[in-house]
Amino acid sequence: MANTETQSILVVGGGISGITAAIEAAEAGYDTCVVERNPYLGGRVAQLHNYFPKLCPPLCGLEINFRRIKNNSRIRFLTLAEVEAISGSEGNFDVAIRLNPRYVNEKCTACGKCAEACSMEVEDAFNYGMSRRKAAYLPHDMAFPMRYVLDPALVKSGEAQKVKEACPYGAIDLDMAPKTVNLKVGSIVWASGWKPYDAKKLETYGFGQFPDVITNVMMERLAAWTGPTQGKIVRPSDGQPPQSVAFVQCAGSRDQNHLPFCSGICCLASMKEATYVREQYPEAKIYIFYIDIRATDRLEDFYVKVKSDPNIHFFKGKVAKITADGTGKKLVLRAEDTTAESLQEVTVDLVVLATGMQPNTSEVKLPVQVPYDDYGFIAEQAAKPGIYAAGCTRTPTGVVEAVQDGTAAALKAIQSIARR
Amino acid sequence: MEKKLAAYICSGCGIGDALNIEELVALTTGDLKVPVCRTHANLCSQEGAALIKQDIEKEGANALIIAACSPRVMYDVFNFENCIVDRVNLREQVAWSQPAGDENTQMMAADYLRMSAAKVGAMDLPVPYKPEKEMSKTILVVGGGLAGMTSAVEASKAGYQVVLVEKEPELGGFQKKVGQIATFPYKDVVENPLNDLIKEVTSSPKIKVYTGAKVEKTVGGPGVFEVSIKQNGTTAQENIGAIVLAAGWQPYDPTKLDKKLGFGASPNVITNTMFEERYLKGKVSRPSDGQGVSKAAFLQCAGSRDPQYLPYCSTVCCNTSLKQALKIKAENPEADVYVIFKEMRTPGQAEDLYRKAQEEGVIFIRCQSPEVKVEGGKVAVEALDELLGETVSLDGLDLVVLATGMVPVTAFGPDISKEVKQEEKTEDKKEEELLVPPDIIRRSEILNLEYRQGPEVPALKYDFPDSHFICFPYETRRTGIYAAGCSHRPMGIGSTKEDGAGAAMKAIQCIELTWRGAAVHPRAGDLTFPEFAMQRCTQCKRCTVECPFGAINEDEKANPLPQPTRCRRCGVCMGACPERIISFKNYSVGMIGNMIKAIEVPAEEDEKPRIVVLACENDAYPALDMAGLRRMNYAPWYRVIPLRCLGSMNLVWIADSLSKGIDGILLLGCKHGDDYQCHFIKGSELSSIRLSKVSETLNRLALESDRVRFEMVSIIDYEKLPALLNEFAEKLQEIGPNPFKGW
Repeated sequence: MANTETQSILVVGGGISGITAAIEAAEAGYDTCVVERNPYLGGRVAQLHNYFPKLCPPLCGLEINFRRIKNNSRIRFLTLAEVEAISGSEGNFDVAIRLNPRYVNEKCTACGKCAEACSMEVEDAFNYGMSRRKAAYLPHDMAFPMRYVLDPALVKSGEAQKVKEACPYGAIDLDMAPKTVNLKVGSIVWASGWKPYDAKKLETYGFGQFPDVITNVMMERLAAWTGPTQGKIVRPSDGQPPQSVAFVQCAGSRDQNHLPFCSGICCLASMKEATYVREQYPEAKIYIFYIDIRATDRLEDFYVKVKSDPNIHFFKGKVAKITADGTGKKLVLRAEDTTAESLQEVTVDLVVLATGMQPNTSEVKLPVQVPYDDYGFIAEQAAKPGIYAAGCTRTPTGVVEAVQDGTAAALKAIQSIARR
Repeated sequence: MEKKLAAYICSGCGIGDALNIEELVALTTGDLKVPVCRTHANLCSQEGAALIKQDIEKEGANALIIAACSPRVMYDVFNFENCIVDRVNLREQVAWSQPAGDENTQMMAADYLRMSAAKVGAMDLPVPYKPEKEMSKTILVVGGGLAGMTSAVEASKAGYQVVLVEKEPELGGFQKKVGQIATFPYKDVVENPLNDLIKEVTSSPKIKVYTGAKVEKTVGGPGVFEVSIKQNGTTAQENIGAIVLAAGWQPYDPTKLDKKLGFGASPNVITNTMFEERYLKGKVSRPSDGQGVSKAAFLQCAGSRDPQYLPYCSTVCCNTSLKQALKIKAENPEADVYVIFKEMRTPGQAEDLYRKAQEEGVIFIRCQSPEVKVEGGKVAVEALDELLGETVSLDGLDLVVLATGMVPVTAFGPDISKEVKQEEKTEDKKEEELLVPPDIIRRSEILNLEYRQGPEVPALKYDFPDSHFICFPYETRRTGIYAAGCSHRPMGIGSTKEDGAGAAMKAIQCIELTWRGAAVHPRAGDLTFPEFAMQRCTQCKRCTVECPFGAINEDEKANPLPQPTRCRRCGVCMGACPERIISFKNYSVGMIGNMIKAIEVPAEEDEKPRIVVLACENDAYPALDMAGLRRMNYAPWYRVIPLRCLGSMNLVWIADSLSKGIDGILLLGCKHGDDYQCHFIKGSELSSIRLSKVSETLNRLALESDRVRFEMVSIIDYEKLPALLNEFAEKLQEIGPNPFKGW
């Protein structure tokens, strides 16, 4: 019954926990295949400027991981791909995978001629819509695979032919259509990750209404040189440097009306982003509104370091409302400072909402029945025999835990197929 | 193997527009004496690759110079088995970062071809290392607590034999003392399923358990560890492939706490771990007289998050106190239960347990500095309630529980770096100057490694042998040894189980890679290993001291005894060796030296300086590629040589460069210091230390030490690179040409 196909592992999700699971299993000698929805691997961490607490770039670790993939013929990956159906059982799954068209084939050399020829621009999802990009694009500088993508809007437009003809290598295929491929695998790691909680749902915070109210993930792009502002942290409304920035912790988190759980990382993320602002603007004042600062483990050191900065003020209290000030240029946060027992009003230039992590499985379920918890996380690591949850599909975590979990899931997946 | 060279030059992606390809072909087949040199307008296409394959099959070409795009792309197209392949980066680092059609651009490309020919000439195909001793696939797990047992069970389920060593007479570790646990889904406390796990361990035919035992000695390396296990006065030997270190933790010693927390002043002031032990099998009672508890207080962060005691947060104490508070409430719903906290830390779904405790009537008081008052038999707590802004006094408490933190067992025992220093004081002072700050290794008697560099795994901050890498949390500084559970870092039950399984995965992977003769992370799969030309060794010990992974032992005459399965293939030893006796099949001091010597240095009057860049291949080199991708231009005088790690930089290359008339040398390495980013831990730091020693020599030769510079560059610093490169080039022009030109 066992053959090479059913001895392989499918990993759904090419973010940090998914690629970790795939690489760890492959380096132990197992064939793995990663299925990723985006046109590139790396997931959410590829969009981060720096990691806490070392303030080092995620692309450094991703480069190592991509090299591990390049050097290992046991790992295959499919981008722009989604799992449509799973049948069979542990040791013998049949998986149908939908491949969405990239309109660019493997002949692409990433020379960039298509982008040069393309005048159409679309919203840049990689920068959370804060900028526009060519409709023929490389998702980001260090995208892996290093291959261009055409936006479907371009393909439908009159410009498509011109862009196609600009490619010297015949890499553009406008007739590419979605197709389904079938894979036989022995076990599956589900690591479909998370998305930032929709800040528009936080009605009193004015996200979407006030351009200078942004989210923590947007701040990462603002701080990145490859982001919409070449790394300059500026107010989206007028492009001016902020003199004061407020971070609103638990924006929707630990809140029965939104995400009742704690995402565990937002406190550190805001403190990290506070250091970005401080580095660019030594005079800027920072306010962090919080319920509890959850700097577990040795991350406490980072909290101690940030707390010692005289320009960073911690306010114990939940922000009730964010409004525009009289001039309409600044933002006023109203919060009860529970330690001083007073109602505080703080006026700032820029507000960053620390929104939490919503599991993607809360919206896109697995195509087979598995148990979920109240919030849409997969309830058990062994979701069902042969299918294992990893990373933020099970609990909101930072990178270290996501990698730890991806490594553990790799072993579980190996157990399902080990012939000994 | 007899090398049959062939070169291929791609003219696509703007290379042909930027460069005169015919001239490059003429150079390759002429001066460089490569018999075959073909060009193609799109070498990475099927036809291009077929051209190469044809030469391999029909002509027996086996040493290929592929001058096209960066080696970081099209890796799958230009992957030819059993061939030596060198990728010449004419696209990103020449055509895309230099003006097209310029004489200097052409000279740069020509030099890169010369360097490649020199490199290929010095390279050989790797021959995987196979130890003389038969290798083992058995995994040793040290520690029979939750993490260790999980590791053992998970490894055994993947088909591996496991040897589990536990120092106590029974398996279970600290969890043996715990009745109920708080873990996923955190809706309520649940019965501890530990006994099921113990049964799984003891009933598994694949797990050999030694209880009441300790590891007396560990010799060898991955695949060939020989471990002596002492039990009941006898010593057993086990052959081991890889090790999981799951030795656990100790509660912080409450007698060391601030007296105002009241420990010792009344029997009714206990710690969270005493709570578990005391009430494991029964109801919560007042310790002094066994009466029921109707009023209790939990004091969080007792000694934790305090630089005088335990500076870090132990992560689990908030959940533990919630669990214990809920136990009191469950037994006596009328009881008044208070949790006095600085910050409640219940990340993830644990927030639900916090909510439940609030619903059950547990009262939470936020206070930074509570005080326990013991008068006569009575215990009270005074706390400044930050919410109310006033001091509350909780009188008549039956029980006060101090939430103390976790100390890894790796934190006990003397630090050997302090011992070593005293011994070596008499030695040559020069050598000492070259030492990087030593690793913290404590004689904690857990593994008792017979390593020249010390008996245990080096610890990082607060004595956890944890990784310093966010992306690679299982990396330790000793190959094939992976920490798990609370000796890895403080963690709760859910994380511990994952961590145990993850560490088992890494151990299995290490075994499989070692059996194939391949390196483990971060050069996983690399089949080369360092070879020592021992007849020229001067016993200077530099290699054994500098190896960041403790891979090299010494004999009594100070000869290095390399243990290749412990090696990560970074080349730090190769860089350290003043006699240049250490080489890899495809990476050696001679090879890089030849590349440098292959650079054509124009005469002084041509005013074309030459600068060698030695770049970390993981960060600085990709950053240079990215600068090219963005079509950022920089001074055309640079010639870039990627290094496995900057720590493999041998000072002789600087001498090679300068004596040839090269005007400057730029080292681009990763950040070092507390937040180091070097994936070989100390490589970048070691190279900058070596460099600092070279300045004197340069000055003696009447060469300015400014000609050699070290810069820390991260992978995303490419926006800064052109300015950095241009500034250094200008600086060198100020200094003037290297006087050794034309000698």
